[in-house]
Amino acid sequence: MAYKFFEDVSIADVEFEATGKTLKELFESSAHALTDVQIKDSRKLKPIERYYFEKEAENIEMLLFNFLSELVLVKDAEQLLFSKFNIEILPINGKWKVKCECFGEKIDPEKHELLVDVKAVTMHKFKIEETKNGWKARVVLDI
Amino acid sequence: MGFKQDNLRKPDFKQVSDVVWEVPTSFKQGMRVPVRIYAMKKLLDEMDLEVFDQASNAAMMPGIQKYSFVFSDGHSGYGVPVGWCGAFDLKEGVISPGAIGFDQNCGMRLIKTNLTLEQVKPKIKELTDLLFKMVPAGVGATAYQEPKEIANIPESKFKEIVETGVKWAVENGYGWEQDLERLEERGGVNYADFSKVSREAYKRGKSQIGTLGSGNHYLEIQVIDKVFDQEIANKWGLAAEKDQICIMVHCGSRGFGHQICTDYLSIFVNAMKKYKINVPDQQLACAPFDSQEGQDFLGAMGCGINFAFVNRQLITYQIRRAFEMTFNKSAEELEMEIIYDVAHNTAKLEEHIWNGGKKKFIVHRKGATRSFGPGNSELSDVYKKTGQPVIVGGSMETGSFLCVGTRKAEEETFGTTLHGSGRTMSRTKAKHMFRGDVLQKKMLEKGIYVKATTMSGLAEEAGAAYKDINEVVESMHKAGISLKVLRLRPIANIKG
Repeated sequence: MAYKFFEDVSIADVEFEATGKTLKELFESSAHALTDVQIKDSRKLKPIERYYFEKEAENIEMLLFNFLSELVLVKDAEQLLFSKFNIEILPINGKWKVKCECFGEKIDPEKHELLVDVKAVTMHKFKIEETKNGWKARVVLDI
Repeated sequence: MGFKQDNLRKPDFKQVSDVVWEVPTSFKQGMRVPVRIYAMKKLLDEMDLEVFDQASNAAMMPGIQKYSFVFSDGHSGYGVPVGWCGAFDLKEGVISPGAIGFDQNCGMRLIKTNLTLEQVKPKIKELTDLLFKMVPAGVGATAYQEPKEIANIPESKFKEIVETGVKWAVENGYGWEQDLERLEERGGVNYADFSKVSREAYKRGKSQIGTLGSGNHYLEIQVIDKVFDQEIANKWGLAAEKDQICIMVHCGSRGFGHQICTDYLSIFVNAMKKYKINVPDQQLACAPFDSQEGQDFLGAMGCGINFAFVNRQLITYQIRRAFEMTFNKSAEELEMEIIYDVAHNTAKLEEHIWNGGKKKFIVHRKGATRSFGPGNSELSDVYKKTGQPVIVGGSMETGSFLCVGTRKAEEETFGTTLHGSGRTMSRTKAKHMFRGDVLQKKMLEKGIYVKATTMSGLAEEAGAAYKDINEVVESMHKAGISLKVLRLRPIANIKG
């Protein structure tokens, strides 16, 4: 499970590539990348608040787009950022479904070192590919 | 193994003038119109190749008219470049959320005072610290302070706000009647339809009116340090005395607008299959303007546009209060009039000169400002004689410009010009190259007091990550698309 940010592309925004041995791990890496853009040491967020959601999509790319977009939504609607994600991905009736249980904390500027706000997940260059070692995804976030 | 990088190539530019260049439709298969770039040669040479790739992709969108325009501040974005404009036919053309930007009606507002540098300097720290407290900023910021009435707004009231715009704010004591004359669209579009907005967008927006946001959004206290057109400056109530203090605000529609765009991006990806539209990048997802999906988005976007206008109005209310508290005078006594409020991420129904007559288009601007000239019937009486103010926000180190729109812009670029200085370095790289705390100290030495919610975010906004604002503004001035009126230098900056 890993991700990296790119330096010479998407100059006004943030572009990352996430990897995972499984789709579940790929989604988890992507969720951590999204969180780490917004807060320093996200792993230190205590698992105090629980948030659960499910999303469906026609294909796996839209599923990741909808999954990350939900995390952006919750950041504004509930002021929640997460450090732990229990993810389940399953194919249903020719579609894909993700179930996600997230744990984290309410944003507190006094306590957390906040970085920059992610406005949205873009579809620019958005891609998921199966590799020899599992899966990888490329995502550009609007800052 | 990373993804295969896109194979980008430099176009063979056709030179039209010193500051105008074209990329012909032969550059890429499927281009319906050429790309036209307004920039001096140096800036053109420095633009990243993705700019031309993205602008030529945009040139493939159905119903685009004349050119896919890039301005001197152009840099790569997502879908289309930032610093871009495209006008679309209402019958054959499309509307595209991605060609506007997620931050609908992100824009600039300039407010004047009758204070001078000499009067403000001794109180700059006190004033800035107070503003920092009164205007919430940063990741997930909510309207948690005064005025409490606008925190966690119930849905019925929220609907009224986003369908009405700044008129609501004025009627509820958050602005002056004359403010409305000094805002693009009088601070509200009449096609906003809240029934086209998702529940999610409301949930993201209900606590965010009156908040600055983060990234490149800022609130700056500035001093006029150079005047290029004294006559126009004076007509606008500026630069009669030396060292006049102004306030500049850069922010948009916050999570509300971002969510509207996210929602319709998904809807339009499906709509493209239905209407058999092909675009080279999913981020350019669009639907015919004259379709149910297109009209639904127009109604929803109208709400996003109005939200952003009200957001900047509520921030103005807080700014006026902070000045009143600091200087023990009323905002009226301090003559804190709004100079103008411009939208630089938007799609608007506008009438333009066409084949000797006039025709309506849906004009998309992403990181581009409307630049209507003297006599334009859309402008309020305050600006009808001079043309509209064009507010160009620079980096926090280098200053900003106030320009004026021209008839030439109306003839050439659907009345559009640049919006800022434009980035040259990625956020990720800037964060590695600069340190926020060092930058903050360096700026203080230069006489700019900076308050930021984040040091790392501050580093991303270092002046060296941006183009030279003087060259960027000069390019548009030489092209006659927007003319320089005056330059503003920051003395304090609040960064979200």
